[in-house]
Amino acid sequence: MNVDLIFKIAAVGILVAVINQVLLKAGREEMAMMTTLTGIVIVLLMVVNLINQLFQSIKSIFKLY
Amino acid sequence: MSILQITAIGLVAALLIMIVKQQRPDIALIIALAAGSILLIMMLGNIKVIVSTIEDMARKASLDSVYLATVLKVVGIAYIAEFGSQICKDSGEGTIASKIELGGKILVMILALPILTALMEAVLNILP
Repeated sequence: MNVDLIFKIAAVGILVAVINQVLLKAGREEMAMMTTLTGIVIVLLMVVNLINQLFQSIKSIFKLY
Repeated sequence: MSILQITAIGLVAALLIMIVKQQRPDIALIIALAAGSILLIMMLGNIKVIVSTIEDMARKASLDSVYLATVLKVVGIAYIAEFGSQICKDSGEGTIASKIELGGKILVMILALPILTALMEAVLNILP
């Protein structure tokens, strides 16, 4: 199973947090906000396929059409 | 899919969530979502086996397939509604979680209606 997905998401999260702090210290709040949003979008894109796979398989198993 | 693997993944995910939660609580929620769905996907193989054996038994007992299909649908709805409402509770949105559960209950009630009406007719026929 793609268990490493969890590690990837955590890595992106930590990276975004660090970049956020660096940018805040450098006095560029708007850039910090931008990187936060891009980080969240990247993580969401990673998770969307997983959720889709989960719901499709549940729909097929329980015939939930 | 041994229980050791499942527990290990759960613990690792909980640890990562703790790390990420201070700075970025939103990404922590997404990690929880991902870990929950991975664990559920790992379980789906076993669920498929259980469901197919139940269906075989029902076919052998020549049970009407409508009832079994309804039961399976109800279980599926319960699974997904519980998955969604737990994630919402984790993120602190108690109201949304209860709305999801309410939706699940209503859908289950709608699925159960034909069976209830069939039961009522059966009972009324029995009574003189």
